[in-house]
Amino acid sequence: MKEKILSVIEKNSKISIKDLAIVLGEPEEEVAKAIYEMESDKTICGYHTIINWDKTNREKVVALIEVRVTPQRGHGFDHIAERIYNFPEVDTVYLMSGAYDFCVMLEGKTLKQVSAFVSEKLSTLESVTSTATHFVLKKYKDHGTIMVSETNKKERQLITP
Amino acid sequence: MRNPLSDKVVDIKPSGIRKFFDLVVEMNDPNVISLGVGEPDFDTPWHIREEGIYSLEKGRTFYTSNAGLKELKDEISAYLERKCHVEYDPVNEIMVTVGGSEAIDIAMRAMLNPGEEVIIPQPSYVSYQPCVVLADGVPVIINLQEKNEFKLTAEELEAAITPKTKILVLPFPNNPTGSIMTEEDLKPIAELCVKHDIFVISDEIYSELTYEYPHTSIASLPGMKERTVLINGFSKAYAMTGWRLGYACAPDVILHQMLKIHQFAIMCAPTTSQYAAVEALRNGDDDVAMMRESYNQRRRFLVHTFREMGLDCFEPFGAFYIFPSIKSLGMTSDEFAEELLKKEKVAVVPGTAFGDSGEGFLRISYAYSLEELKEATDRMARFVSWVRKEKNL
Repeated sequence: MKEKILSVIEKNSKISIKDLAIVLGEPEEEVAKAIYEMESDKTICGYHTIINWDKTNREKVVALIEVRVTPQRGHGFDHIAERIYNFPEVDTVYLMSGAYDFCVMLEGKTLKQVSAFVSEKLSTLESVTSTATHFVLKKYKDHGTIMVSETNKKERQLITP
Repeated sequence: MRNPLSDKVVDIKPSGIRKFFDLVVEMNDPNVISLGVGEPDFDTPWHIREEGIYSLEKGRTFYTSNAGLKELKDEISAYLERKCHVEYDPVNEIMVTVGGSEAIDIAMRAMLNPGEEVIIPQPSYVSYQPCVVLADGVPVIINLQEKNEFKLTAEELEAAITPKTKILVLPFPNNPTGSIMTEEDLKPIAELCVKHDIFVISDEIYSELTYEYPHTSIASLPGMKERTVLINGFSKAYAMTGWRLGYACAPDVILHQMLKIHQFAIMCAPTTSQYAAVEALRNGDDDVAMMRESYNQRRRFLVHTFREMGLDCFEPFGAFYIFPSIKSLGMTSDEFAEELLKKEKVAVVPGTAFGDSGEGFLRISYAYSLEELKEATDRMARFVSWVRKEKNL
């Protein structure tokens, strides 16, 4: 049942527990209990909102930074990852296979703010050997949601047999 | 000027759906929410659309052979063996049609002689009866019963059989009731067909959309393949209604005559659609599973919500419709649907559009997002309590 719950709320975290229980055909108390358990053991890590900030007046700069590091003896990559993800301005940290080690994504108000973070905070970390910063120009799709399409007007007829 | 028209055609009643459609269109009100659509709300999965685009880029813009692309017929054959456990020879027993609708039409025309009877259980899809009439057959209607969850029973069938009976139309999973026929339900029907030497046109267009119970094709039962025309297609399973692609599988003696009509009337099904359909059958199982799960969630939501409104609603296990009863409100289906549209701006289809036995019922489609269904059912609940108050029920 837990996986079924997750597949529904992954797409629609706003659904009420009552409706969730109805659509899954499970008792409401058990659904509530399962969600509580998954929140407690951090299977469910949070409930966020996908926002298209381009539609607002708020200026935002999103950057993807490739980070190369020297792994530390005894700690591998985890220790250095922790040094990076603890910065609150950092949104995402992935350990990658391939040409670089960490993929770091962060948001800032201005280009300057992001560059300052990279040059002053990130590059100066002991194990970091190099960084390459890429700024996001336009978000087409985020978390499975297409952000550029106009209102998703369906072209179905109103009544069909 | 002499009468330019065929009496046979003029005598056919226009579809009951059409009348209601006109009513909704006349209102031209952006606040109308419709639960009246008989097609999926999902877009065709992208990998299938992409294959169609690719076929156009490659210049595959010519007719295919009359019966359809060989690769597609091979895939259909493999699919039916995998899903329905019935083997069809792709060369002689499968043809690709312009939607399931064409297959229904040409099957009737290939099989019927004037005066031969076709048994049609109703409520059911709107085209069977006119197709029989156009093929000079005589439709014999069985009014299915709510108490049987709108399944066809052997007793009902036996009572309708006469020496002139040639074909039984088997429309399950059913539009508009959502009813299905399980293997156990089909067995006595199949036995009667063998006993009375009746052919079956089995319209299984919703075969991928059954919940809790697996779909069974009557063609897979003993003695049935040789007397069944199995009709299916891509519209409902893969959300491909606009691609107009279906298929018919039948013993070669029947199929070859169907193919003759198809060859003269249609040539072949759309080439682009056929290439896309190959991709659908090869790599579409996950899409179907995703859509089925989504429909199932909405189905549970609607059955729950209509019962909460105090309306009788049997639990349907197929297609994407529920068929609640409004008999307790003392209104006809037409009255209810029209009033509901005027007062709360929700469009549903009166059960009577699918046959007289649909009186007292509504077809509610759940090919809509949960949010849309919630808004529409909130409005309907408000309407139902208003009716009860007005009528002191």
